Amino acid sequence: MSFKKQNSASLISHILILLAVIAVMAFLRPESFWTVNNLSTVILQQAPYTILMAFGMSLAILAKGIDISMASVMVLSCYLSAPFFKEGNWLLGVLIAFGVGIGFGICNGLLISKIRIEPFIATFSVDFVALGIAYVVCNGKYIYGFSNSFRWITNGELIPGIPNVALITIVVFLLLLFLTRYTIYGRELYSVGYNAVAAQHSGIRVDRMIISVYAINGSLAALTGILFLGRLNAADPSIRGTLTMDSIASALVGGIAFGGGKGSVVNTVIGALIIMFIRNGMNILGISTNWQQSVVGLIILLSTFYNLGIENVIKKIIALRSMDQKQPVQ
Amino acid sequence: MTVDESNVILKMTGITKRFPGTLALDKVQLTCERGKVHVLLGENGAGKSTLMKIISGEYQRDEGTVWFNGREVNFTNVRQAMAAGISMIHQELSLLPERTIAQNIYLGHEPEKEGFKGIVDQKKMVTDSKALMDSLGLDMDPQTSVKKLSIAQQQMVEVVKALSQEVRLVIMDEPTSSLTSREINKLFEIVERLKQNGTAIIYISHRMDEIKRIGDSITVMRDGQYIDTVSAAEADLDTLITMMVGRKIQKMYERNYREPGKVIFETDNLCGLRFRDVNIKVREGEIVSLSGLIGAGRTEFAKAVFGIDPIDAGCFKLYGRQINRIDPTNAIKYSMCLLPEDRKKEGLVLQTPIKENLTAACLKKTFKMGILRNKPENEIGEKYVRELRVATPNADKIVGELSGGNQQKVVIGKWLETGCKFLIFDEPTRGIDVGAKCEIYILLDSLVHQGYGILLITSELNEVIGISDRVYVMKDGEITGELTRDELSQDRIMRYAVGEGEVV
Ligand SMILES: Nc1ncnc2c1ncn2[C@@H]1O[C@H](COP(=O)(O)OP(=O)(O)OP(=O)(O)O)[C@@H](O)[C@H]1O
Ligand SMILES: [Mg+2]
Repeated sequence: MSFKKQNSASLISHILILLAVIAVMAFLRPESFWTVNNLSTVILQQAPYTILMAFGMSLAILAKGIDISMASVMVLSCYLSAPFFKEGNWLLGVLIAFGVGIGFGICNGLLISKIRIEPFIATFSVDFVALGIAYVVCNGKYIYGFSNSFRWITNGELIPGIPNVALITIVVFLLLLFLTRYTIYGRELYSVGYNAVAAQHSGIRVDRMIISVYAINGSLAALTGILFLGRLNAADPSIRGTLTMDSIASALVGGIAFGGGKGSVVNTVIGALIIMFIRNGMNILGISTNWQQSVVGLIILLSTFYNLGIENVIKKIIALRSMDQKQPVQ
Repeated sequence: MTVDESNVILKMTGITKRFPGTLALDKVQLTCERGKVHVLLGENGAGKSTLMKIISGEYQRDEGTVWFNGREVNFTNVRQAMAAGISMIHQELSLLPERTIAQNIYLGHEPEKEGFKGIVDQKKMVTDSKALMDSLGLDMDPQTSVKKLSIAQQQMVEVVKALSQEVRLVIMDEPTSSLTSREINKLFEIVERLKQNGTAIIYISHRMDEIKRIGDSITVMRDGQYIDTVSAAEADLDTLITMMVGRKIQKMYERNYREPGKVIFETDNLCGLRFRDVNIKVREGEIVSLSGLIGAGRTEFAKAVFGIDPIDAGCFKLYGRQINRIDPTNAIKYSMCLLPEDRKKEGLVLQTPIKENLTAACLKKTFKMGILRNKPENEIGEKYVRELRVATPNADKIVGELSGGNQQKVVIGKWLETGCKFLIFDEPTRGIDVGAKCEIYILLDSLVHQGYGILLITSELNEVIGISDRVYVMKDGEITGELTRDELSQDRIMRYAVGEGEVV
């Protein structure tokens, strides 16, 4: 079977879940869920942060790794850059935010590729380091009260009706989609994810590829951090929240397979929307946040079975169809 | 030919198997007898492995009946077939690299501690596998982890694994594709012993010289169809080949020798993992073979030169450039390539299409400005599918779904497409059928005429003698001899390979 068909089969099956989640909620709570207001809040104001982080997570997983440290790196870069944004020294703020993010990313990449530490262990440790530093720097103080012009970056509407944070997410999505699907870089990324040994034999610099992936993650973390500052109007270590878990969940539920190479950033967006709608639905149904964690866990488990099951079914259908138009064997 | 019905252990009739876009088997039949070796012949993609996987329960047939040991069977998984006494040695090695030899041999049927159900008796497992290997004349430590073994040693472990249980039928899918004559002899002794015990053997190989040596009867397949079954004693090799490829092959090894040009590759006391003080050179227009037994250090040498493994001491010159340290990226830039020994692990990204594998080593050359485009890639895909006669509906097929020999053709195509002019080919014709082999030799000959230089590592002595200009022989990591074309003989090579070269 052709490669494209397999991928579209996987994508279709995940769009189906998303639609099912929306349909169930629309059926249960038409008056509060199925409103323009609620849907646009979830999609345009809540989901972007998870989606941005999940992009990074997906890239790492595609390259046969994982990045546990993103959320803490985000907090740290947020914290270190916040004073400058508050003073109105934007250039320095941006430089520091991205410097911290990319710096930690490169660190992760070096640990994984050069020192050959398992990605989970490397980024898990870096997560503690980054969060620790953030707490030290914070020292119990919040930084709050940013100027309106700074908060406009997140909340303004360059295009009426679409908050900038959503617009930025769309731009990042298009960039990543282009990068992963239509460039040599993307091809090499997938090769490394599928089979790093063969990639190395083909002359692909595997180490550099891995370092660059984690550097991209770092810059995504920094970007998310800046946008978060604008939304919350405050920097505080607890904004880390469930972002790490949600971004892993988004990637997995969207159909990015652990072990590398399978899926694309489109899957990530769908996965993140599934997670966000489930959380939103549970809020509306009045399910406590504690229970929500368990439900998200269950969803991840179920999606694993789903990925195995439904994809096979779709593949079989495609296979049967292509059997009808029998092609000659050479 | 006639079969002794009472002696029949396996009978398959009307077997049909479809894959998307491919009719892999079309009403195929096969009958095997106890204590006999039944050879299965056919081109790459003829359906041999597929038929075997149906016997071993890995694939389910779409149509047809299978009789085994007197009753109709329908194995739905490998375990059932194993329980019935069917063991298969796969074409593609399938050992667990992180586990030890002993753990691999007893995978799935580990001996249990007496009185403790479910607890593996590690000690017994080690002693048993040692005993088993000794009885088969193999000298390996069962506690070594498999990833440290060469491909040939892994192949022998697969053999031991297949025999670690009570077996009635052993399927050997190209067991000798990576073995040298010494190991092959050992394997054939094992086969002889199995025959005496009344075990039936199905044997697949593209090495034609082996077929008459151990076969009792031969079944030929072509394009998923059954052609004929003949007795090995009466069969004539040329007729078999014609039956198999559907045309006559005049001459296996095609070489037009000519005066070689300037030196393009020269090593200076190169030392590395498992080889030392190697001094060899390759000139433009030459095919130079690096011969030797398995484990002589030839693959390690190739890997170091290509920059996969480190160089410990010494250096080499490539197109006049002095090199002490290198990595594959630069190696390709300097016009050198290595076709690796293990296509599954090192050569291909199995989950991606043929065309993507073909361009994997020359992405920058194929795509300008770093942007992927369909047109050039499709053209490259179609070109190699056509020229190397890869059996596939199109170049979009996922490489992992190709037959073994066709996968190998894709790896060759990938390196040809880079345009590198110094080619190190480690077992390039492994698993490739006679017809295609012949074409690859013609291709190599035409490449050296265009000024390419080729360093060939192959365990098939016929190939070494058939197409080399010069041969270096390696033993235990050292070059023990150099032979020119006029001096070449199997005997001479083997003597250097086992270290008796000087006695000649
Ligand atoms: N899992 C699969 N999915 C799709 N097609 C397959 C699959 N396995 C085999 N095929 C196709 O079935 C055909 C027969 O393949 P098979 O592996 O049986 O050939 P073979 O005779 O063993 O060849 P070789 O000598 O190269 O090993 C080929 O065209 C191959 O592409
Ligand atoms: Mg095969």
